[in-house]
Amino acid sequence: MKPYYSKQVIEHFLHPKNLGKLKDADGVGKVGNPACGDVMELFIKVEKKNSKEIIKDIKFYTLGCAAAIATSDMACELVKGKTIQEALEINYQDIVGELGDLPPIKIHCSVLAREGLKAAVEDYRKKSKK
Amino acid sequence: MAKIYLDYAATTPLNPNVFKAMLPYLKQDFGNTSSIHSLGQQALGAIDEARAVLADFLGCDAQEIIFTGSATEANNLAVLGTVQAVKNKQPHVITTPIEHHAVLEPCRELEKQGVEVSYLPVDKEGLVTLADVKKALKPNTVLVSIMYANNEVGAIQPIQEIGQLIKKTSPKILFHTDAVQAVNYLDCNVEKLGVDLLTLSAHKIYGPKGVGALFVKNGILIKPLIYGGGQEAGLRSGTENVAGIVGLASAIKEIQNPKHKIQNIRTRQFRDKLIKNILKIIPDAHLNGSLVHRLPNNVNISFRGVEGEAIVIALDQKGIAASTGSACSSKSLEPSHVLLAMGFSEEEAHGSLRITLGRPTTPKDLERLLKVLPPIIQKLRQISGYQL
Repeated sequence: MKPYYSKQVIEHFLHPKNLGKLKDADGVGKVGNPACGDVMELFIKVEKKNSKEIIKDIKFYTLGCAAAIATSDMACELVKGKTIQEALEINYQDIVGELGDLPPIKIHCSVLAREGLKAAVEDYRKKSKK
Repeated sequence: MAKIYLDYAATTPLNPNVFKAMLPYLKQDFGNTSSIHSLGQQALGAIDEARAVLADFLGCDAQEIIFTGSATEANNLAVLGTVQAVKNKQPHVITTPIEHHAVLEPCRELEKQGVEVSYLPVDKEGLVTLADVKKALKPNTVLVSIMYANNEVGAIQPIQEIGQLIKKTSPKILFHTDAVQAVNYLDCNVEKLGVDLLTLSAHKIYGPKGVGALFVKNGILIKPLIYGGGQEAGLRSGTENVAGIVGLASAIKEIQNPKHKIQNIRTRQFRDKLIKNILKIIPDAHLNGSLVHRLPNNVNISFRGVEGEAIVIALDQKGIAASTGSACSSKSLEPSHVLLAMGFSEEEAHGSLRITLGRPTTPKDLERLLKVLPPIIQKLRQISGYQL
């Protein structure tokens, strides 16, 4: 029997490592809408090092299905410690790949996680311009 | 750890007596009812007997029972078959937005063909009012289709009163009810209910999958969906699923057994205790649907700040099988159309958990659920950042 969700999805759903809020976040992204069932809030802490901007820490809140929660956590795992440039290059296929697989109907969840990251970076850019 | 099944509105396990009744027709008594030799006639005799059992249960004539391959097929036959058979050039159909997709989709198909369909409003408890039915009836109304009991929130509609109202308005208007969820618990006497068509399913009542039935009152014009050998009075061609039909009848006989009537009272007590306990233990939770006009086995509760799907997956990890609104919802991302129709916001509609009890359910099962559920909700609220 192939379970509905992969082992990795269940693991990240039940025990997300990056859950919560960063009080002194440099960027916050909130995406999704209650109508589709998923709302994600992403917090990033950015550190500048040799003219590089590194995502030092990242945390999330997600109201949504198991896939939305697991992809949120996986997106955080994938971008933590990376430069913003590198982080933005991560696409939804990378997130799905790391999670083993997702049911076809849940692929959009991984897109949401990526959108969340993009929104958080945009917020960071806006704030750092000021 | 033994698994706990609490999704009896989705489907039920086969009753051992039903299985025993079916077995000969899967083995040595494999005849085709259309064959004139003894093996064939034996099969024909078996489905005639089954027809008589259903007729007794529904209080109708045996020839008014049409066996189908599913309740979905029976609903399609009821809706499409009747409307497409009427001579009226501009037929009007009345239904509700909380029907099963097996009624809603044929209605949408009719709309595509130019038929006018009215969707009655339902109140916050999921109930249709007589006043709204009365208001919706038109001179060209040919069919009213209203489910007996809802699969998601268990709301029981006043079918008998609606039936009387319709017949008083015009005896020509056909009244169909999808009784799939009701059969196990409610009086399905078609004369009492005043219905012309009634759908039922075997696999929701501890019978086999792949068989349903439609009661079609004598004299009603109905166009078949499937053409061929002319079985089931020409309304449903195809060699009969003899074992399945025998299983359906056997499952109906079980319902008539007083033992199960007593069990239904017990189920209702379990339900009430479970609802009370969940609402007591978990904050920001509310019951969806009516408490009074509710199936004895249905619990449907929304938890703020949590998605229903996530609860179901977390419960599954603990060996408990439950559901969001409807099993079909797992194939679509839309929030429950039933809760939306009842006036809930999309956010609220996403957060519902359906627990449906069955004959094998024990107090121990529910104690276990009550132990496992609160930490799951707490954890998911932590994940969503929900503040109590």
